[in-house]
This record gives sequence, C-alpha cells and structure tokens, in this order.
Amino acid sequence: MTLAATAGLLAAGPAPVAATETHGFLSPTGVEIAFLLVGLVTFGAALVTVTTRQLVHAALWLVVTLGGLAVEYLLLTAEFIAWVQVLIYVGSVVVLLLFGLMLTRAPIGRSPDADSGNRWAALAVAVAAAGTLIWVVVDAFRTTWIDLDGPAAGSTKATGESLFQNWVLPFEALSVLLLAALVGAIVLSRKAKAESDSPSVNSRPVTGSSPSVPDSRNHPIGRNGSAEGTEPSEQEGAR
Amino acid sequence: MHLAYPAVLSALLFCTGLYGVLARRNAILVLMSVELMLNAVNLNLVAFDVWLSKTAEETLHSGQALTLFTITIAAAEIGIGLAIVLAVYRNRGTSDIDKLRDTAESHDTDGPDRDALTAPQAEKAEATA
Repeated sequence: MTLAATAGLLAAGPAPVAATETHGFLSPTGVEIAFLLVGLVTFGAALVTVTTRQLVHAALWLVVTLGGLAVEYLLLTAEFIAWVQVLIYVGSVVVLLLFGLMLTRAPIGRSPDADSGNRWAALAVAVAAAGTLIWVVVDAFRTTWIDLDGPAAGSTKATGESLFQNWVLPFEALSVLLLAALVGAIVLSRKAKAESDSPSVNSRPVTGSSPSVPDSRNHPIGRNGSAEGTEPSEQEGAR
Repeated sequence: MHLAYPAVLSALLFCTGLYGVLARRNAILVLMSVELMLNAVNLNLVAFDVWLSKTAEETLHSGQALTLFTITIAAAEIGIGLAIVLAVYRNRGTSDIDKLRDTAESHDTDGPDRDALTAPQAEKAEATA
C-alpha cells in the first residue's frame, strides 16, 4: 500500500510542486522561524548535554533537549507524539537516568574525568558524519515542502485510527516486549541481590585498595569509600 | 515548512549523540547520548510522516506508529541498560567504561591508559583472593 501511495506521488508529482511554488526559499514562514529558534535551543542543550562535566547537569540539560523536541513535534502538528514524548522521555526516562546517576554515586560537581581520551577522534567522527549527512539531506530535499495546513496529520484521532487499524499486531508484540524488559530488569536486579552477601563483603577490599592507586579517575570510589560497605545492602533492601 | 529544517536538525542531533557515545566515559552518560540519537531518528520519522501524509495521501501513518514503537523500545532499552550498569557498578565499584577491559585482547597495545589497566586487575586479584 505504501508502494502504491509512493507511485501515486510520483505520478502526481508535478501538481504538488506547482502548488508549492509559492513558497520562497529564503522567506521563511512563522512556523519555520519558530522551528528554527526552538531547534537552536534544542541543539544547544544537546551540545551541553554531551560536553558538560557535571553529570547531574547533563541529565537536566537532556530534559531541555527532549522538551524542545516535543515542541518541534507540536510545530509539525504531531500532537500525540509530542505528549507521549513529554510523558515517557521527560517524565520517566530522565528520572530513571537520574536514579541511575544517584545509585552509581556520580560525583556532585565538576568531575574532570567525564570525557575519555579519544575526545578529539570522537569530535572528528561526529563533525564528518554531520557534514556528510547535512550535505546529503539538504541536497536531496532541496525542493520539498511540508504542507502544514488543513487537518493535523498527527492528531490523536488520526494516530489512534492508524495504530489500531493497521498496526495492531506490532502494537501487541510491543507490549510483550515491554513485559520481557520489565522481567529482565527485575531478574538483573534480583540476581545481584541474591549474591549481595559476598559482593558487599568483597567491596570493602576493593574500596580499600583504591587509595593505593594514584589515579584521579578513581576518586568517586575513594571519596565515598567509607560508606561503600554498608549502603549497597540498604539500597537493595529499599528496592 | 521546508523539509530541510527538521532533517538538518535531526542530523545535527544524531551527530551530537554520536560524539557523546564516543567521547563520554561514564556509562550513564553514554546511555543519555544513545537517547539523543534515538530522538533524532524520531524527529526524522515524524517529519517524513507529516510530509507523506499530506503529499502522497499515505494513510497508514507508518512514521508516527514507528515513532511510538521507537519510544517504547527506548524506554525498555534504558531500563535494561540501567539495570546492567547498576549490576556492573555493584560488582566492580565503577561505572567507568574505560576500566571494563576484561575482554580486551592485548593489554600492551594502549600506552596512555596503562594506569587505568592496573586498577581493575588489582581489584580482580583482591576479589578472587
């Protein structure tokens, strides 16, 4: 069906192009300006997320990035996706990440070891990939316009109808996948809990040995070393 | 709206996430960068779905359905990933992915990280003792 629709697009190609000739390439509409401004905020927040040295601040800047993306979805008239984004990403994934940072005793404040030594190679790879992708994408879709007028393409009604008419089987399979992920996370945590007697005893010599290693990257363990032996059991009991 | 705006923003976000995955040392920060890359793909899917649903009158809304599926899979991935990171942290006392080198082939090839290599070996030796 998609192929047929694409063939229809190819057959009727000249007509929409002629209809959209009124768009000027360098005279952006209000939606485009709003998209550009929110996109700048989103991209800046993403850059801060991957470059900041304060781990908790990275998670908080990730909230700005994901919220900006939700606004972009709203500007693209995909409102249901936008609210799902706010609920799941901003609401639960970031909270999970913050809990993960807390449980792994991420240092509060600046940590000099947030970036690894291959930062410049990573920067080169990322810049090369960005250049290639942007060149290809801009060149491919130079004369393509999204028509945002008319009924919203991503309203809850449209999304729900398509989801429960055409995508029921993947939807149900996905619920099974979520159940499997839930059980998997519980099993991963419980296995460590069953063995928590020996590792919590073992963690004492580990932290005791860390001051002997003159490595600044060890300092989160070394600083919290005194509480190391007692708190994992409390965490597991609370969980 | 010109289609290049969301496409370029998506490419930029993807490459930001790529840099984060390659350059970060903490495992949870790597997971955050993976989330950035997944979100870039989601933005692409939504933009192309809106374009095709108007231009080609495509009624399946496959882009939005796939976006919902991606969001769900990302939520499952972050749950499992954090459980694994927490298990590793409980066993090793660190979530630093540069120090998890048990499956590295040869320890002699990388010179500047040699001091980082001794720490897990010392920890392992004491854990087995």
